[in-house]
Amino acid sequence: MIFKVFKKQELARLYELLAVNVIVGPVAKGNDRNGKPLYDFDVVYDFDELALDYTQTVHSPKRFVLPYQETLSTFAITREGWEKHVDINVYRPLVFFGMHACDINALNKLDLVLAQSTYPNPYYMGKRKNLFIIGIDCNPEPQCFCRSMGTDSAIHGFDLFLTDLGGKYFAEILSATAFDLLSQIKCTDPSAKELALYKHTTKEKSTRYTATVDTSDLTKILDLEFESTAWDAWGEKCLSCGTCANVCPTCYCYGVEEHVDLDLQHANKTKSLHSCNLIDFAKVAGGHNFRPTSASRLKYRYYHKHRGFVEAFEESLCVGCGRCGAACLADITPPAVIASVRGKE
Amino acid sequence: MQNKLAFLDILGQTAGSHRKQDPDSFEYTLPAEITSIYPLTATEKLYQIQIIDPDQRNRFSFKPGQFVMLELPGIGEAPFSISSSPVRHGDLELCIRAVGNFTNFLDRVERGTRIGISGPFGTSFPLEKMQGQDILLIGGGLGIVPLRSPLLAVLENRSRYGRVDIMYGAKTPAELLFTYQYEEWKRFDINLGITVDRADKNWEGRTGLITELLQERIAQTASLRENTYAIVCGPPVMFHFVCKMLTEAGLPMQKMFVSLERRMHCGRGKCCRCNIGSTYTCLDGPVFDYWSVMNLKEAI
Repeated sequence: MIFKVFKKQELARLYELLAVNVIVGPVAKGNDRNGKPLYDFDVVYDFDELALDYTQTVHSPKRFVLPYQETLSTFAITREGWEKHVDINVYRPLVFFGMHACDINALNKLDLVLAQSTYPNPYYMGKRKNLFIIGIDCNPEPQCFCRSMGTDSAIHGFDLFLTDLGGKYFAEILSATAFDLLSQIKCTDPSAKELALYKHTTKEKSTRYTATVDTSDLTKILDLEFESTAWDAWGEKCLSCGTCANVCPTCYCYGVEEHVDLDLQHANKTKSLHSCNLIDFAKVAGGHNFRPTSASRLKYRYYHKHRGFVEAFEESLCVGCGRCGAACLADITPPAVIASVRGKE
Repeated sequence: MQNKLAFLDILGQTAGSHRKQDPDSFEYTLPAEITSIYPLTATEKLYQIQIIDPDQRNRFSFKPGQFVMLELPGIGEAPFSISSSPVRHGDLELCIRAVGNFTNFLDRVERGTRIGISGPFGTSFPLEKMQGQDILLIGGGLGIVPLRSPLLAVLENRSRYGRVDIMYGAKTPAELLFTYQYEEWKRFDINLGITVDRADKNWEGRTGLITELLQERIAQTASLRENTYAIVCGPPVMFHFVCKMLTEAGLPMQKMFVSLERRMHCGRGKCCRCNIGSTYTCLDGPVFDYWSVMNLKEAI
């Protein structure tokens, strides 16, 4: 990894260099009922639209690689038969300007299952491979437990990562494209003082996390507590609405539907993201539902994130961004659920 | 404009490979045709589905226990166990009950209908390991459907296996599948036990649970520990009792195989719908040994 330092006003210049591409970044989107500003990732057209000091976006950036709804294929139906046409829906590279470490790690985790497994998913890979990601450091929010999940810093999966050192940005460079870009703005090698400041800044940040999850032996605990009554208590609270999966940066489950056009000569196959908390998630034809209760579905969600994925890929599928807890209508948060399953109230 | 990011190598493949290749293999279906339809019972039919291109048909090879995804445009895509012998390659027989959107549509199509096939997917029964050993094939209801493929494979190579017992139970005689083939199967020196829960007035066979058939079989040999393999397919309640009896009779867990059913949308380990805990039924299953099933929470 190569490190550089540049003055804050140079960032606008960097933006201008990239502005011929479609740029996606954090933008302010009004306030919540307490007057706190809300943010979301959206396409930006001007550097001033970017809210780089954002707290956390309500939705994760996953919709740019895993759209909530996506056409997988279309069909042309004739009297003799039919033909299938596949389009992986990749039309342009995207520049992500200002992504936090948790979201970068979320994409890295999605890569494990969607890009590096038995049947790589081209719809995801095409979009993922055409991202240029500029990461930016963050301030821990009350719901953030990324430090417990080991995802509070990103070590790969981005092109450039910026850390605010007061008047300057400390840049970590991970790709040749990013290096080439930085060579076109005024930047210097970091001085000993700036390196010390960077180390101090990251260390100081690590002390400011308030939410924690005890992940020690969590896979075993989840197995041991499979029949725990704690699940039933959370199941009673859960509304099975699927909001947690909607905002989660790593939830990738989906359902497929096919529709015939009114002219009966065309049809399309659409994929929509689903949630394992929705009642029909595991319901099979004939009516049998493998997870009929909300407790069993909620339990499965935690099992997949914290046990099954660990078993398959040696790391948890949760990045600890806390969006699910913040968005939950029933105030169900992963730190509280895991603590209660462990038997700590 | 010089800094416009170039399109990166979309699929991360080596230079020169065509961009469309990978999407094709993910979403691509082999064009196939329904060549014949036999009604088996009031709700189940046996569909013969042939891959149209002779080269693709011959290259299509599967192992007993695997499944395919069938696709009809605008109707949907659904997974089905293969019921035919693996020697027939891409000339498949699928026994399908009309129960959901896709299968009810399939119930109304005529032969000659174009259909898309992808696969084969999933794990299979390890018939090579079973050579020289006694085999128990235990099916309940629709469970006979995934059992028929390993059964035909065993019958075609009958001399390689020891004693073969088939135990099959259905609710009523009218719901028994493949009745026209029982006599043919018996010619291969196998023990075929059929039982129904409720007899009708024409039924001359056994009435009772499949566990009773199994009890009689277990009583005939001292122990199942040394030289027996079992394949069990059926509803969860049957798995529960049958697998327990087999374990008590000494059959080791890794020599007992089950085929599980879950909702599937992709068949390729991406949609998560078939997860048990976090094991994909489509990638790590549908065939599991009983140990994996015991090890997985909520499997049966």
